[in-house]
Amino acid sequence: MEVTELTKRRIIEYLNEGKRFDERGLRDFRKITVETGISKNAEGSARVIIGKTEVLAGVKMAMGEPYTDSPDSGTMMVSVELSPIASQKFELGPPKIESIELARIVDRGIRESGFIDFSKLCVKKGEAVWTIFIDIYPINHDGNLIDASALAAIAALKTAVFPEYDKETNKVKYGEFSTKKLPLADENMPLTTTFYKIGNKIVLDPIVEEEETAEARLSIAVSKPKKKEVMINAIQKGGYTPLTDAELDEILDYVPKIWDEINDALNKSLEASEKHKKKK
Amino acid sequence: MEKDIESETEYVETKRKEIAVPGDIIASGTNFLPGEGTKREGNDVIATRFGLVYEEGRLIRIIPLSGVYIPRRGNIVIGEVVDILFNGWQIDIKSPYMSFLPISECRGFINKRDDLSSYFDFGDMIVAKIIGVKSRGIDLTMRDRGLRKLQGGITIYVNPNKVPRIIGKKGSMINIIKDNTGCDITVGQNGIIWIRGDTVNHELLAKEAINLIVGRSFVDGLTEKVEEFLSKNNKGLKIIKREERFEEKEEKFEEREERAER
Amino acid sequence: MTYTKRFDGRAFDEMRKIEAKVGVVPNADGSAFFSFGDTKAIAAVYGPRTLHPQHLKNPQKGVLRCYYDMISFSVTERKKPGPSRRSSEISFVTSQALSEVVQLNNFPNSVIDVFITIIQADASTRCAGINAASMALAHAGIPMTGLVSAVSVGNIGGNITVDMIKEEEDYEEDGEKYATDTPMAFLPDGRISLLQLDGKTSPEMLKKAIEAGRKACVKITDIQKKTLKSLEAEK
Repeated sequence: MEVTELTKRRIIEYLNEGKRFDERGLRDFRKITVETGISKNAEGSARVIIGKTEVLAGVKMAMGEPYTDSPDSGTMMVSVELSPIASQKFELGPPKIESIELARIVDRGIRESGFIDFSKLCVKKGEAVWTIFIDIYPINHDGNLIDASALAAIAALKTAVFPEYDKETNKVKYGEFSTKKLPLADENMPLTTTFYKIGNKIVLDPIVEEEETAEARLSIAVSKPKKKEVMINAIQKGGYTPLTDAELDEILDYVPKIWDEINDALNKSLEASEKHKKKK
Repeated sequence: MEKDIESETEYVETKRKEIAVPGDIIASGTNFLPGEGTKREGNDVIATRFGLVYEEGRLIRIIPLSGVYIPRRGNIVIGEVVDILFNGWQIDIKSPYMSFLPISECRGFINKRDDLSSYFDFGDMIVAKIIGVKSRGIDLTMRDRGLRKLQGGITIYVNPNKVPRIIGKKGSMINIIKDNTGCDITVGQNGIIWIRGDTVNHELLAKEAINLIVGRSFVDGLTEKVEEFLSKNNKGLKIIKREERFEEKEEKFEEREERAER
Repeated sequence: MTYTKRFDGRAFDEMRKIEAKVGVVPNADGSAFFSFGDTKAIAAVYGPRTLHPQHLKNPQKGVLRCYYDMISFSVTERKKPGPSRRSSEISFVTSQALSEVVQLNNFPNSVIDVFITIIQADASTRCAGINAASMALAHAGIPMTGLVSAVSVGNIGGNITVDMIKEEEDYEEDGEKYATDTPMAFLPDGRISLLQLDGKTSPEMLKKAIEAGRKACVKITDIQKKTLKSLEAEK
């Protein structure tokens, strides 16, 4: 049974009074926890928990051929597996449009930001370049998988290292890790926030009941190059209901705050999990 | 005033407070009768469910801590209309089995030639009673008093095994919540709970009180804790005692027929 | 035969450190985490619930479906997401390992879905999955006659080795693979519900391996029970 019509109507009524189903403010995120290094066979990995939503992301590297139109560039592929483990709504089988769209939203946010310096992934021009695979697995769906997935991908990339590589045989030594981190431009790090339209209110970080009541959403990936002005790298509007100019203005007015908010949450959480690891 | 539907499954305090896991030997000897959630194996009685061990004279059974709702005849449940057929409605009560409400089990006269959606439409929530549990499905009725379509409010879902605790002995626990929040609350045995209050804040307070019970169901003195929580958090809320409310009349079917004809 | 001391210093009948938790997937009706050292598995149970399509329904008893999956980055060389022949086979033998204890007669025409996800792999993944699944089924309130426990036992050149790591599974001497891998699962009454073998071993050594496995599984069952019981004690 999904969210009932009765509850959906009430959620909209609540919002009109500035109240949410779980008593947060309209722009408040639930508690964000980020841990990295959660799977030792991955070149990089992370777990992000927002409220009760949990997502795992992993980075795996492989050697492959470059695209013919960019012979000295590495490649990247992002995939999302909406496994039935995370929700009764997800079914087994090949990726459905929801998981394809989610993967492509996360992909564009990273690709367009310049966070990864793809030219530094070239081993032999025209012949051998590194491919970065980012695979994302929601473990529990309680709303806002987009933001959790995007954040998990970034955290996994930030802590990823190259696997050992034998230049003579051109073979990757899987399971052996170097200390060399991926070629990332920190100042271009993209962070994503999705705005959800519920009734005539714009809300951040919905729980699953709110997300099912939402009529439209707008995901925005931003970066803050050289700590200056926030730049938008990618946008995706989702949902069948159109947005008004006023709603768009409201969202764009909030954009400058996104990067700092998520970056703060990310750093605080990484610090805390580092301390926790040291204690062990 | 709508009569409160009380649970038939009473909340029971268990003396043993021992948790059993499937396979545990919970009693030995032929003195004990294996009840629900247990099985006899030779000389022993073993648990077949994860739950609390409950002894009642010679009967030993398990009070489950978890598990989806298993429908029982006589249970009051809350469900959602998911399909409209020519002779009734298919109702989702969040159980492995689909349930059906035939026209014949509704109060008042329904003309078969009417558009049934004018009575209950897709997405409508109803309170109904289970009158039959068969392998092909579950049969519902709405003939008893208090069974009705729900208007307004919110529905939340809790672990059905916690429902007896939420209702309390003879409704004691749920009445404390109703009195201190002024909300109408109907608790379905299937774990779906309907709450309607005067304002959003009243409803959220009742919801939080219920979540408190679900989270701490085995704590001693839970009743006092719930009362404390409610009195701490209901400052500034105008609570209209339910007896003083304007008596809500249930929409009669005759009136509905008139509406349908228009 | 020179394998006389284990790579990680354990005794030959010693299992790796086991960690177990229940309730790790809030949306599921029941869920659990189980790890043997670096091998980590999560199991989530949904059900009993309605079974579609019609022709899969069994009017006499419920259906138990198990799905075993490894996430792409659980292994050193990326595993392409999606089912493989290996994961299909493991799903199949897992459901056979578990179904005997589940009282499916109580749920005609419905299904109990068990999803096992391997987050990190270092040998013995199907056994970790079965151990997690047993706890998840109990947590979900499914009527069961007991818990199922599983462990992998190897024969490395005459040494019965309990709970091997990948390095031991792959151990070679003089170009020949030395280790025999036997994943096995036991019911509470000692009957065997999972038995597979990879390698070369004699019938006597196999019997010894099964004995060692049975002993180890008694300890595992104990841990599974303690984990389930501690769930309520926390409240």
